Amino acid sequence: MASQHRRIKRTLAATAAVAALAILTACSSAGTGSAANDSKYGFTTAKQDSKSAITVWVDAAREPLAKAFVAANPDTPIKIQTYDGNAGGSDSFKTKMALFDQSGSGWPDVVFSTQTNDTSWAAKSANGTQAFAAPLNKGLFPASFLNGFTAGAESPMTVNGTVYGLRNDLAPVVLWYNKKLLDQFGYTAPTTWQEYEALSDKLAADHPGYILGSVGDAFTGTYVYYWGAQAPIFQLKGNTFSSDFTDKHTTAMTDLIDHMLANKTLVQDSLFSADFVKKYASKLVAIPGPAWYAGALFQNAQSLNNPAGEIGAANPLYWDGDAKVTGNVGGGVWYASSHSANYAAVKKFLTFVISSPDAAKLASGLPAYSSTADTWLTAQTSSGYFTGDFKGAISTAASSVWKGWGFPSFSPETAYAKVVVPGLAAGKTIADLSPAWQAEMKNEAQVQGYTVK
Amino acid sequence: MGYAFSSGYGLLLVLFGVLPTLYAIYLAFTKNGAFAGLENFTHVFADYRFLPAVEHVALYLFIWLILLVVVVVILALIVHGLRRRWLSASVRFLYYIPGALAGASSVMLWLFVLDPEVSPVSGILRGLGLSSFVQTVSVQNLPVVFTVIAFWTGAGGWIVIMYGALNNISLEVMEAARIDGAGPIKTAWFIQIPLLRKWISYMGIMSLAAGTQLFVEPRVLSQASRGVVPPDYSLNQLAYLYAFNQGDFNGSAAISLVLLVVALGLAAFFVFRGGLFERD
Repeated sequence: MASQHRRIKRTLAATAAVAALAILTACSSAGTGSAANDSKYGFTTAKQDSKSAITVWVDAAREPLAKAFVAANPDTPIKIQTYDGNAGGSDSFKTKMALFDQSGSGWPDVVFSTQTNDTSWAAKSANGTQAFAAPLNKGLFPASFLNGFTAGAESPMTVNGTVYGLRNDLAPVVLWYNKKLLDQFGYTAPTTWQEYEALSDKLAADHPGYILGSVGDAFTGTYVYYWGAQAPIFQLKGNTFSSDFTDKHTTAMTDLIDHMLANKTLVQDSLFSADFVKKYASKLVAIPGPAWYAGALFQNAQSLNNPAGEIGAANPLYWDGDAKVTGNVGGGVWYASSHSANYAAVKKFLTFVISSPDAAKLASGLPAYSSTADTWLTAQTSSGYFTGDFKGAISTAASSVWKGWGFPSFSPETAYAKVVVPGLAAGKTIADLSPAWQAEMKNEAQVQGYTVK
Repeated sequence: MGYAFSSGYGLLLVLFGVLPTLYAIYLAFTKNGAFAGLENFTHVFADYRFLPAVEHVALYLFIWLILLVVVVVILALIVHGLRRRWLSASVRFLYYIPGALAGASSVMLWLFVLDPEVSPVSGILRGLGLSSFVQTVSVQNLPVVFTVIAFWTGAGGWIVIMYGALNNISLEVMEAARIDGAGPIKTAWFIQIPLLRKWISYMGIMSLAAGTQLFVEPRVLSQASRGVVPPDYSLNQLAYLYAFNQGDFNGSAAISLVLLVVALGLAAFFVFRGGLFERD
């Protein structure tokens, strides 16, 4: 009975929200009169007021940086609000902006999102409201500032030459290895996918139980392995989505994963599950993965917690005889609202979080802005935790991310989690699952309004 | 005086029940403010996620409603038959406790129960061939999983209500049955269950309304399983995705209307078959 009451309450709350929306939409259609067409920034801006406080949305990890801005600029009126950072498919950024679009007011001035693909919707006007993301290279920021980003870092936020967001951090995939284990077994770190697969057979035969990675998370299967393999399974050209599972890069990666699942050097446990740490903390020989594994897995007391001097980063794996490219796993983005009333403050804030010394000091992953990244990498290297050429490997990876991967308004992780993860758990191979996986992605693309090839 | 008493409810009903429904009807038949006929409906029906979502919800309702009716009635009869007062009272209290937990938090609890790595009943899960969380929450297991969760949170309250209804059956009738030689099973089958008919159909309607709105459980499981439970598992989730992921409030309203019509139709069936509106 309690459950029924609860549901009724829930229904009431939902309907109340809808009713409120209805009232607000009715008001909003009449309430946008004060806008001035301001060609200074290349889009229609609201009336500017340098006293107007800007509202900034950040996730918990970016909050210290926003607070550092307040400490450094006490005169800039600003309100900091934390939210979930749009993480893990919560879609809260898009959801909330859709509600503000409906009500016609209330947008934050600056938003940080942990996802890389928000430009796909934020740069488009929805239901008659101006697109949320403000164009940044049409007068708001000078080219001299925007050119300071690592090559390619801004491409997910660039549509037809217009830049809509500032990349916070990069997550290029490198090969992480455990030097102690490699030395103990007499192996060298692989440099190509072929060597990686060959090493898996040797490892499986000589030291069963030791592993070379996991495909239990949707982001590893897609971004680390298929993106890194230049597999064209998730491509966007204009408004056309395509997914090619017959390309030789795709089939080669599918074979590699199925082979390594069979010899048990690839596992299906999520890297963030309690079981993974319990079973493999001392058995992970090498693993291709993004730069942020540094803090999330190795240097994390809650996770693998390797001692200093054991873990190193090597150049990313590539196909022997093919282009030396790699994958990328996420990277946050800062957006400015196109509805802000104080662009002077917005610009000051964004410049601070991207290129100030504090930005380098407080960064938790590889910063996307070149000078900030340099400072950060030097600091990481001098800490002495990583063995080998940490700075070299990360820099190489950062500038060699494969550009063929698409950024439509949906994530490749959804289909992988829905089809591949449970399929593998039920004992199927990726080759078995490929048709269903491809169909799921194409269906999603169609629902989101893309032409599917 | 009667009007004064019902005005509070009436006002809230109009504000939060009737008006939103009318707004949903308006949205469902329009597109960008212009009349669109059935376009939103055909668009939603053609969506590749729609039929699976209907199947998921239908299968869940089928399993859950049958289990709920059968088990709740049996348990209520047993509790009612207990001679010792303290035992009967404490059993009813025990049944009721899980219902006091709010929806999302009870799902959080189940996240642990369903994960063989940490579950207190991992032996049972492994015995069923489920060795990882991903396997436990695979789509074909979900109707059963949701049934178990819903039963655990909701059934206790219904047992208490059925118990109250059983108390309402007059002692003379029960005694007459006993004198005629009816044992507990015959009494239950020929006397108690027929007299419980209205209560059972009431439970059916309320549970049906709740069940078609399946949302919180799959949503929380979806986030906890990092997408292995798809975010479009149930119809309500699909409506949510339409509104807030695709910005298509019209399509979302169309789905909610479909739900309304189906729930109304099934409720009507229960009302007329259960004689809920008949007066004695």
